[in-house]
Amino acid sequence: MEKILLRNVDIPDSHTLAVYKSRGGYRALEKVLRAMSPEQLIEEVKASGLRGRGGAGFPAGMKWSFVPKDSPKPKYVICNADESEPGTFKDRLLMERDPHAILEGTILAAYAIRSHTAFIYIRGELAFGSKVLQGAIDEAAQAGYLGKNILGSGYDLDLILHRGAGAYICGEETGLLSSLEGGRGWPKVKPPFPATHGLFGCPTVVNNVETLASLPWIIDQGAARYAAIGTEKSKGTKLFSVSGHISKPGVYEVEMGYPFKRFLEEDCGGVPNGRKLKGVIPGGSSMPVLRGDELESVRMDYESMQAAGTLLGSGGVIVMDESTCMVKAAWNVARFYAHESCGQCTPCREGCHWMEKIFGRIENGQGEKGDLDLVLSISGNITGNTICPFGDAAAWPATAFVKKYREEFEAHITQKKCVVSSA
Amino acid sequence: MAVEFSQETLKRYDEIVRRYPQKEAAMLPVLYLAQKEFGYLSPEAIQYVAELMDLSPARVYGVVTFYTMFNMEPIGKYHIQVCRTLPCALVGAEKITALLKAKLGIQVGETTPDGKFTLSEVECLASCGTGPMMQVNDDYYENLTQEKVEEILRSLK
Repeated sequence: MEKILLRNVDIPDSHTLAVYKSRGGYRALEKVLRAMSPEQLIEEVKASGLRGRGGAGFPAGMKWSFVPKDSPKPKYVICNADESEPGTFKDRLLMERDPHAILEGTILAAYAIRSHTAFIYIRGELAFGSKVLQGAIDEAAQAGYLGKNILGSGYDLDLILHRGAGAYICGEETGLLSSLEGGRGWPKVKPPFPATHGLFGCPTVVNNVETLASLPWIIDQGAARYAAIGTEKSKGTKLFSVSGHISKPGVYEVEMGYPFKRFLEEDCGGVPNGRKLKGVIPGGSSMPVLRGDELESVRMDYESMQAAGTLLGSGGVIVMDESTCMVKAAWNVARFYAHESCGQCTPCREGCHWMEKIFGRIENGQGEKGDLDLVLSISGNITGNTICPFGDAAAWPATAFVKKYREEFEAHITQKKCVVSSA
Repeated sequence: MAVEFSQETLKRYDEIVRRYPQKEAAMLPVLYLAQKEFGYLSPEAIQYVAELMDLSPARVYGVVTFYTMFNMEPIGKYHIQVCRTLPCALVGAEKITALLKAKLGIQVGETTPDGKFTLSEVECLASCGTGPMMQVNDDYYENLTQEKVEEILRSLK
């Protein structure tokens, strides 16, 4: 398979403009500025079938087309580099090793919606990534790829690197907007959508790092070539971050539709130490866990994952072997959401803490009869009842852990102790 | 201690604010600037930032308390933050935290009496494939083992 997203990351000094250019970098931007209108660019991206890689999988070209052309307000493009979904570290790799691909993609997106100010919102903890990106921005500006009259085309774009300050919710696009406006990262009610009422109430497009980094190749090589890769509805390649009990953890670029079991066993070397696979979360901790015996026909694309009862999400694959206590795992995940709930909606603010408490007491041998139904009731009352998808993201894994490993949870309750670590 | 920016920091403040379409949008970078200048964000520092930004102190306080990277109390010279989220937990994060607690003689959330180390447990730092891991100030330390942690502690003077 030809690498699209990881084509540069292993080349020495891949973060520099010189190396990026020597690999065909900024050729797509030159082509667009010379010969394509914003409308043509949007059509090309639509034709590629590229879907948003942040987790939701919404078609990227369509998202852009919702931005009103005739708005008198300024328009904004924001690169969402707030990578925080547990199990996900692909964007970080791109930021550190191929920052110019992200910049080129961001400039293309900005041109598509006729925006003259763009932001990269990077999570605060990624100090090294910030340094690399700022270096790339300075280099690109120096070479005329950013700023006034880009490559003599008359098109202007100012790109600002903005550091977050430690809050998972700022990866949610409207939470990100609130944060970038200077406030707490509180998500906003949709509609209105950011495409018409985004940053400072102006038309705004928020795209994930991986989505934007896919664009230069798509424009350079043509949408048809991209659309020929993958499945009917999931086009192209996707990055998967693999962690946990796996022989070869890391970031992998995979053609959409690749068999999941083969990926884990062959590409990633399988579960180490001769142990059996107990479960795997395929799309970051927000997505329902799959049991080891459920993987047979699952493929790595949006539709197949959904058919298996989970979601592709961010592509954060967390592998758990047979030594893993699923109650402890569920407790860990619930604790994350309890810590990160922004506190705006009652079902999520209260519910996340209750799920954490209940999983904790079950793990510590103090679970009560009825606790499992209580968790399912709480998670059911969060799902769909919050402003943003965070509530679902907290409820889905809790529900899935309980439903798929119910016997293990019940054994913890009846035996009043952890039945896995003491085994 | 008078809580106000030095002339040099004020200049930096002006540059930052000018970059943004609206002044309030510069809140996070300005708070970073204040944290760097004052060491932590005391009530006086928050009051000062609020005056600079033409906002109420309550508004600024609300932002400071929302984000984990703003400290409202002094922290150690080295802030050790161990990731505790599932992927790191699966590969031994708890042992790393236990080792650090024993070596430093403090609990999570505490600072050593000499003011050198603060120990925190944090949520996912996007380093899941190289866990267990910890962040010390701005730097990531990955694929941690007991020996590696001991070596890192020795190197932090």
